[in-house]
Amino acid sequence: MIDTKVNLGGLEMAAPLTTASGTFGYGSEYAGLVDYRKLGAVTAKGIRIGKWPGNPMPRHCEVPGGLVNAIGLQGTGIDHFLGITVPWYAESIEEVSGAKAPPMIVNIWGGSVDEYAEVARRLSEYASANPGSPVGAIECNVSCPNVKAGGHTFGQDPAVLNGLVSAVRKETSLPLIVKLAPNVPDIRPYVKACEDGGADALALINTIPAMVIDIEKRRPVLANRTGGLSGRGIHPAAVKVVYDAYRATKLPILAMGGVYEAKDAIEFMLAGATAVALGTVLFTDPGAVGDVYDGMVDYCERHGFKAVAELTGSLEG
Amino acid sequence: MINEKCEILKHEELSAGYRLLVVNAPGMAPILVPGQFVHVKVPALEASALRRPFSVFDAEDGKVSILYKTVGRGTAALNAANVGDTLEVIGPLGHGFPVECGGAAFLVGGGFGVAPLYFLAKRMIAGGHKGRIALFAGGRTKEDLLAIDDFKALGVEVHLATNDGSAGEKGLVTVPLDEQIVKHLERGENFEFFACGPDPMLKAIAIKAVGLGKKGWISMDRHMICGVGACYACIQKTVRGNSRCCIEGPVFAAEDLVWEEAK
Repeated sequence: MIDTKVNLGGLEMAAPLTTASGTFGYGSEYAGLVDYRKLGAVTAKGIRIGKWPGNPMPRHCEVPGGLVNAIGLQGTGIDHFLGITVPWYAESIEEVSGAKAPPMIVNIWGGSVDEYAEVARRLSEYASANPGSPVGAIECNVSCPNVKAGGHTFGQDPAVLNGLVSAVRKETSLPLIVKLAPNVPDIRPYVKACEDGGADALALINTIPAMVIDIEKRRPVLANRTGGLSGRGIHPAAVKVVYDAYRATKLPILAMGGVYEAKDAIEFMLAGATAVALGTVLFTDPGAVGDVYDGMVDYCERHGFKAVAELTGSLEG
Repeated sequence: MINEKCEILKHEELSAGYRLLVVNAPGMAPILVPGQFVHVKVPALEASALRRPFSVFDAEDGKVSILYKTVGRGTAALNAANVGDTLEVIGPLGHGFPVECGGAAFLVGGGFGVAPLYFLAKRMIAGGHKGRIALFAGGRTKEDLLAIDDFKALGVEVHLATNDGSAGEKGLVTVPLDEQIVKHLERGENFEFFACGPDPMLKAIAIKAVGLGKKGWISMDRHMICGVGACYACIQKTVRGNSRCCIEGPVFAAEDLVWEEAK
């Protein structure tokens, strides 16, 4: 029997898998299609202080090896999220899966440090007042490429990033994960900024900035002009970032980017990840959650590991 | 909502570019309602290609039928799927048409937009709808007019229009539709619109419905990613803001839709 538990910066996960923010709604949309018992957590779509309309259409374009999107963080605000979304998630998933819903990593973003801090404070208060609620951790998004006033600004300068992480840290005792951008020349100063700011874990990577042009119309395909690339094609790039970050920090890493099968998740673990998120694959194959989990357990059995956590950073050579 | 492994029972060309696909789907067939859609994993595309949404042409005896047009690489790849192959299909998805109608039902379809209207007509008749059911089908040429004999076999009154005049009246589908609207108004008979097709047609129908104070049910077609409300890619502007076609639609009430000027 392989031990599948992992600890992501204080968040106890019964399995090493979660979902990438933005690909799994607010946790309950895939009820009936995903085996929730094999998810150690779900990661909700980004929320902010108030409702946000997102970008104009078209918002996505399929490309060989992946998907370019510029959804633009359309979503609900913190009041609706805590009042309606979270209780509904807990109730509906318990009903469908017959087990307690996995904890939720709540992805947050804002237009200012104060907005981030406020959302973090509200989540923290809610979690304290509602023991046993799914709210399990905060994922601070500082790397969305698709919203000008959004998180990206905070993730492109280590000093600014440090200020943001410190401010959010002051407002919450929940495990604090910071989701970083891959498009920096060296990830290490950003890792350090998160460490010094009091982050508990890192999430790597967000989508890679991308653009698709309709050559007949001579116009960008996306209304936002540019977007973020996700899917199978970005996986090796993501492994490299995780590998670099792991060697630069003691913080646990939640790795994501192009995980389609168990092999991809195991690569992340060997490179240094503590847990792995599935994203774009869910759109075609919600069943991948079960397949990746089973494949990781099988790998541990074949290679003599007693616990999935032993895989972390076990790369040889 | 289930992800069902469905054997292909029939897959044939109806007319140039249009195909009929029938799969065995005992799990979802009995619970599908007209206007809902299914999300199909297309075999032989690389794993990162998205599923393709299709509205349902018919659901009966544990079988689900889809009528589709080959428009891009997803549908082109689907062409190659053979009878006996297995397709992964998620469904039922979205909100469909109401099957009750106060008065005559004007079903307005552009091209393969007639697909969900056939399923709707069938369910209306099975549900004991007493009024007229009239199909208004439009296309560029007669090749774009699909399943017309199937509608006739149900006893649906059929009105056709083509841009080139190769079948029915020459012009847009609104030509025969407007004639019937006038007749019904003159006789003081109520009617409702049920529409599926290209955006300009849907906009015209929705504006007519609102202007006439009649009910209009408009099935919007937007490129989708997840199909289940998780990703927020398939947005239609409505009076409630940016609504997701996959879960808040695809069928919207005409008065809820907000039309933006084309750029």
